[in-house]
Amino acid sequence: MAAFSFPTSHLIATPARVVKISLLLCALLVAVALASIFTGTADISVRATLHEFFPWASFPSGGLTEAEASIIMSIRLPRVVLAAIVGASLSVAGVVFQALLRNPLADPYILGISAGSAVGAVMGILLGAGAWRLGIPGMAFLGALTAILTVFGIAGREKRRETNTLLLTGVMVNAFFNAFILFVFSISDHVQLQRALNWIMGDLSLADERSLLYTSVFLVIGSICIYAYARCLNLLVTGEETAQQLGVAVEKTRIVLLAAAALITAAAVSASGTIGFVGLIVPHILRLLVGPDHRLLIPTAFFTGGVFLVVADTLARCLVAPAELPVGVITALCGAPYFLLLLRRRLRFMS
Amino acid sequence: MTLMKIDQLGFRYGDPWVLRGVTFSLAQGDFIGILGPNGSGKSTLLRLLSGVLTPREGQALLEGRPVHAMKRREVARIIAVVPQSYEGIFAFSAREVVLMGRSPHLPPWSFEAPHDFAVVERIMEQTDTRQLAARPLDQLSGGERQRVLIARALAQEPRLLLLDEPTAFLDIRHQVEILNLIKSFNKKEKLAVVAVTHDINLASLYCDRIILLDRGEVRDDGVPEAVLTEENIERVYGTPVLTIRHKLTGRPVVAPRAEAW
Repeated sequence: MAAFSFPTSHLIATPARVVKISLLLCALLVAVALASIFTGTADISVRATLHEFFPWASFPSGGLTEAEASIIMSIRLPRVVLAAIVGASLSVAGVVFQALLRNPLADPYILGISAGSAVGAVMGILLGAGAWRLGIPGMAFLGALTAILTVFGIAGREKRRETNTLLLTGVMVNAFFNAFILFVFSISDHVQLQRALNWIMGDLSLADERSLLYTSVFLVIGSICIYAYARCLNLLVTGEETAQQLGVAVEKTRIVLLAAAALITAAAVSASGTIGFVGLIVPHILRLLVGPDHRLLIPTAFFTGGVFLVVADTLARCLVAPAELPVGVITALCGAPYFLLLLRRRLRFMS
Repeated sequence: MTLMKIDQLGFRYGDPWVLRGVTFSLAQGDFIGILGPNGSGKSTLLRLLSGVLTPREGQALLEGRPVHAMKRREVARIIAVVPQSYEGIFAFSAREVVLMGRSPHLPPWSFEAPHDFAVVERIMEQTDTRQLAARPLDQLSGGERQRVLIARALAQEPRLLLLDEPTAFLDIRHQVEILNLIKSFNKKEKLAVVAVTHDINLASLYCDRIILLDRGEVRDDGVPEAVLTEENIERVYGTPVLTIRHKLTGRPVVAPRAEAW
């Protein structure tokens, strides 16, 4: 292969390169996650925590107190893992939506998924579904599915599935559901309102084993389906007819990819609320760094999305401790300037 | 050897027929130009040939099978299409774009093998695009981009090349370069070529056969000398013209019958 290595602005995707970069980013994710677990309002010894995780390796320490162990194992650990799962979900879904809709501004919520999910969650909170453990996420997931099916039902009727129709339908469903939420808010009382608002701004403290289980199942199965079509995504980005003429069964591919990305998003949103910006910014940063080839883009987005959200959530927990910021505020506050910086650098580089 | 048989082909998007009763066949090594005024159905014909449109009437057979019903991968190993323009939204490099041409030959879940890189390097050498390999496509000039898209099509190792206005936005030097390139593949590798074009004179000089479309129907079909007559052109395009003989090739060259002012 060395004979075919030429200087490129970015590297051609090869299996070795994909594995190497993925492993590196995976290691980074683990490191960041561990660091996040050690960080927090309660001051817990790193050594003692390591002892808790890896009891066979002898860390010279007295171990954790019961309270400390409970903070680590049932509060911080699930929360960090959920952050990683949701970050990965939103980033991978963002990559897919941007490519399929051929619109660099598309995000995982573009089809009205977040708004539908929010309607479900808000209804759940108002109707007291919080009494069951999966009551609110369950309602949120149903809401997201309703939005997805509405969009597909309307835009999918068209024989030649225009991407613009899909986009417009998504925007309309979003607008309708958002108005509906405001309507519900205007007639509900303060306590419920605060809970619903928290959910809408994104709240990773909802993490428990069940939400971790179902979000990770959706994420893993969905990502495998999506990665199977990674090369097709490259071709789709260059135009639908061109993709067809290069051998892609466009109709089938679009349906599988849209469904996978929509379901991953729905699962993530239902467990964490709507966290903006991750699905928009991570794919863009990675396109600037590793290039537009989806065979590289999808796995790197998976791990980088996780890193990004774990870091953002750690900041959200610690910046104004003991209070907490909504994690969506952090993702936007950190993400937007960094993105603009990258964009400016690239513009300077090109001129 | 017959590659495609087009039989009584008809198509309409809405009510009026865009194309009707089109019948011809094409064989390995043919170089066919499709001429006709705007709206005569040229591009629709090309899309029917590549199978992305389903005929409303008649059929387009690729080696005996209706092309629109075949698996896309199978079609893409035989027919390659050079579009009028590149619509990609993210910045793929020229080499990545040419590598996409190998896609129909790759099983799903896979990466390009050394053989695919070798094919792409050879084609990029032949199409004079190697020095562009690392550059993003959106930073190339019109002529360079057209060469890269032709390279992508050739990387499919097709037996039939369909071109939609291959020289539309190019100056005369680049027009000739592109057509010489395609002609050389047509001669050397018996690649069949069908080119839709507005350029009557280039079609006359490079094509072995011209199909003249008029409002969705075939007005005439034959060698350039027989089809590109003053009468035919005037009737189809609705403007008076002169035909002159090209000094070297003897092929007809068509000029508007401009009055001496």
